[in-house]
Amino acid sequence: MEHLFFFYFALVIAASSVLVVALRNPIYSALSLLIMFFHVAGLYVTLHAEFLAAVQVIVYAGAILVLYLFVVMLLNLKQDDRYHRQWPAAAAVGSILALEAVMLTLVKGQPLADGPVGPPETVSEGLGNTEALGDVLYSTYLFPFEVASLLLLVAMIGAIMLAKKDLAVNSER
Amino acid sequence: MTIPLSYYLVLSAMVFLTGLVGVLIRRNIIIILLSVELMLNATNINFVAFSQSLHNIAGQVFVFFALTVAAAEVAVGLAIIIALHRAKSTINVDEFQLLKW
Repeated sequence: MEHLFFFYFALVIAASSVLVVALRNPIYSALSLLIMFFHVAGLYVTLHAEFLAAVQVIVYAGAILVLYLFVVMLLNLKQDDRYHRQWPAAAAVGSILALEAVMLTLVKGQPLADGPVGPPETVSEGLGNTEALGDVLYSTYLFPFEVASLLLLVAMIGAIMLAKKDLAVNSER
Repeated sequence: MTIPLSYYLVLSAMVFLTGLVGVLIRRNIIIILLSVELMLNATNINFVAFSQSLHNIAGQVFVFFALTVAAAEVAVGLAIIIALHRAKSTINVDEFQLLKW
């Protein structure tokens, strides 16, 4: 039964990711990406990471994709040529990396360590996903958490500075 | 039987390769940014799969921060696209060949 869920999610994720790259209309690509985001959230639920699934839907599908659709509709793009003329280089890189991925999957390396790995504070037994994440995020990983909020502030300021109109243009009108 | 870890790694590798080929092959800047999001999602799947397999919550913490960074990067990237479009009325990457236009 778990295999059924996993193969459904994996199939739709793979198919929609190919569609994102291959479709001509940018809105159709963004909508395939939306389908992929929802199925990645479903995959997280099967991996017992329910909080991350909710955050994935809220942040990726609910904020990032909406931003993309805003920009696509704002720019009012015409259809243009799809593929770069350097597509043989892309095919070469893709095939080399695919071959490497196949080899890494088939070759058996060191077996993974049994039991919990990493610092003892990061091991969570018996807690729900949200409690476990909150427990660790506010104790061990507090500094990266604060730095992430600073990063978001900087990104917000940068986006406003880049996208606003120049004051000289506005004052001439 | 639970799903072996290698299945998740194969899925993550496939999505990452698709995103990589998309970045290299498309001419529309917005689709290039969407392919970068594909690559980030692939690494997130990888992290969560390892986190569940090794019973360590640190993988999910990293996914949390990677999501934050992805959101910040999308905001700044789209602002750059808007600025580029305002300057040249095209979003074909082939047109942006000179550092100063």
